[in-house]
Amino acid sequence: MTPRLTIGPIQYFWSEERKLDFYARIADEAPVDTVYLGEVICSKRQPFFDQHIDVVAERLTRAGKRVVLCGLAEVMLKRERKACADLVQQGEFEIEINNAAGLFHLEPGRHHRIGPFMNVYNAETMAHMAARGATHVTVPVELPAASVELMAAEAGKLGVGLEVQVFGRAGLATSARCYHARAFGRTKDNCQFVCGDHADGLPLDTRNGESFLRVNGIQTLSHSYVNLAGEVPAMAEMGVSDLRLMPQDTDMVAVANVFDALRHGAIEAAEADARFGAIVMEAPFSNGFWHGEAGHRRIEAGARALA
Amino acid sequence: MTAGELVCPAGTPAALRTAVDAGADSIYCGFQNATNARNFPGLNFTPQELGKSVEYAHSKGARILLALNTYPPAGKFGLWREAADLGADLGVDAFIVADMGVAAYIAKTHPDIRLHLSVQAAAASPDAICYYVREFGVKRVVLPRILTIPEIREIKAEIPCEIETFIFGNHGLMVEGRCSLTNYATGLSTNMDGVCSPAHLVEYRRDADDGMSTRLGPFTIDRFGPQESAGYPTICKGRYVNSEHPDGYYAFEEPISLNLSRLLPALMDAGVDAFKIEGRQRSRAYVKKVVAAFRAAVDDVRAGREPALADLAALTEGQKQTEGAFQTKKWR
Amino acid sequence: MSDPRETFAALWGRFADLPVPLLPLQPVLYRIVRRIAARHPELFDRLGPHQRTNFIIDLTDLPLALHLRPNPRALVFRAVRKDRLPRHDAHIAGDVLTLLRMLDAEVDGDAIFFSRELEITGDTEAIVTLRNALDDVEGSIAEDVAAMFGAAGRMALRRMRDMAHGPQLESV
Repeated sequence: MTPRLTIGPIQYFWSEERKLDFYARIADEAPVDTVYLGEVICSKRQPFFDQHIDVVAERLTRAGKRVVLCGLAEVMLKRERKACADLVQQGEFEIEINNAAGLFHLEPGRHHRIGPFMNVYNAETMAHMAARGATHVTVPVELPAASVELMAAEAGKLGVGLEVQVFGRAGLATSARCYHARAFGRTKDNCQFVCGDHADGLPLDTRNGESFLRVNGIQTLSHSYVNLAGEVPAMAEMGVSDLRLMPQDTDMVAVANVFDALRHGAIEAAEADARFGAIVMEAPFSNGFWHGEAGHRRIEAGARALA
Repeated sequence: MTAGELVCPAGTPAALRTAVDAGADSIYCGFQNATNARNFPGLNFTPQELGKSVEYAHSKGARILLALNTYPPAGKFGLWREAADLGADLGVDAFIVADMGVAAYIAKTHPDIRLHLSVQAAAASPDAICYYVREFGVKRVVLPRILTIPEIREIKAEIPCEIETFIFGNHGLMVEGRCSLTNYATGLSTNMDGVCSPAHLVEYRRDADDGMSTRLGPFTIDRFGPQESAGYPTICKGRYVNSEHPDGYYAFEEPISLNLSRLLPALMDAGVDAFKIEGRQRSRAYVKKVVAAFRAAVDDVRAGREPALADLAALTEGQKQTEGAFQTKKWR
Repeated sequence: MSDPRETFAALWGRFADLPVPLLPLQPVLYRIVRRIAARHPELFDRLGPHQRTNFIIDLTDLPLALHLRPNPRALVFRAVRKDRLPRHDAHIAGDVLTLLRMLDAEVDGDAIFFSRELEITGDTEAIVTLRNALDDVEGSIAEDVAAMFGAAGRMALRRMRDMAHGPQLESV
């Protein structure tokens, strides 16, 4: 079966105009099946784009895309709890839940998706969720192929979709503290939205000058972009149903075109590499997590065959 | 259980006996494998050791809480199931869990044994906590170290289970159970393998200026001058460089340890049922001093006395202490 | 009371100027490690794969280092010259008192990382494992060893401990 392509939620604090332009282009040009909307990282950012969601969703739907509305990864404050309850209680959109607080508000049997922050590492957890109405699960970015394969087989039996992030920075950690504000001597409550200044995150390099991590508000991301282009055929074979592209500060339509060609078997990995080479990106690629190795590593196809 | 239960760490049977003798009400510990979040070399319990430890603790009126607080990746779930069954056979008093699959298995197979929700589950709201109580019959939640005391009080009013909070020790910065930093650098996962900065991939390297670099895998997580004391070799305690901080800065947190001894009365008043001391990887000497000091302090608070606390600073990282998020929202 | 540093110097003085005839030391060291192995077999279980690790313990205030291979079936514990270290996997350097405190689990595991009193290079895991294994030994290995040498041994140990704990040392 040909896997579907999805655009994950925008992790960064892009301006309203930029987001509107981004989704307009995705609607018109990107060969993707599903688009996840909504703020996942920081509840302070939520009001800025929420007002546009209806319009954006309508446009995407008209373009034949399926729209899923995402909930917050971190839920602690009153406004976050309310946002979480509101998400679950609205009936207009399909939803992706990223915090257990959201699960609590679900009516029995209410269909929903489970996001990558929910830590579904095994079939037992997936079965628990499926029994309560989950129709689709995105696994954590660090889950290796050997486990994904087993989960995909089980997902098939449960009738649940299984999604893997195949492109974009890996979300490595979240915190109650905002490291973006901290870098500028501010606190979360007084952040002045400084995260909006870095469309692809704030670099954290080591003291020996190696590029290492990126700060995005309360989130810490990898410097490298996960790129599992070479692994798409294997995923399709295992029964991974959806491939997630995380929006980065690069030409995401071009990225989606490469993955679209890959999933249809129109090109092979070498050709994909050549096409990626023509897209301007500021970070190197990695695929270590998928191979059960250090996440930052990029494991070549040849090395894999020998392993 | 009495309010103000003191929950203490043990990385070895000797540390466990030390904790019991120093006045611990409960001791948490784990097996020598990936089923717990302190899967460190030379640490933790064989089944035989745990059995003897349970007997010792019970003979002194103390309880054993078995940490099964990691996330089994598909294909390895059996290890967690066996650990739970073994713990039940050995007579542990509670399981500390994070994964929903593990929680579901224990709730179904060992319904008579208490389930505690690990901090690794990162349940930070009444809604999330209530979900685990409703679905798995969780009896206690270990709260993340990110809440102020008024927030803890509000949570307590809304949940039908006990609250445990950390009061002393290493200060976690990232949402627990949601951190893949170690795996990104090393290929070993905190959630799946129970390791954080695994020792065999930590390297101390002498620099040309007689300073020292700490490396985790291929990444330099900090450099120290000749007179500077080294930090803990985890990514979240390292110093990094960017345009705002060209000379390097603690991007996540200064080297500092949590010490809430001053806040004990307020925490008890807010409805905290149990106090947790961090540090299964610490020495018997640490366990003895910290447990004894907090035993006396909790007893003082219960008796309405002003708690007299020994100075615990020497046991804290970098000799600096903080009350972290508990005292002020500005910490965030 | 005599200056504890003098006691210390007297105790170790006979080694201090040695360009080192290490030979007389070897049977004593072997006796010590065999005694520990006999009394604390569980220590070796906890070491697991690191029973086969070669440790060098570099005594920074003495002109010698120790080579330890804690394999209960083939124990190695011997003095070696600093300029001719055998092949090893893990290297711990520190003064005698600090190392003694580590032996008796008075040094915290985490403290190994954040203090600069001990410098560790090579297989960090082996050293952490050794520290954790020692921590599970109740009582004092140092006391055991000192007792092997009778009253004089115990007194020497007590003096060294006084020094190790004496914040007054700086002002003496």
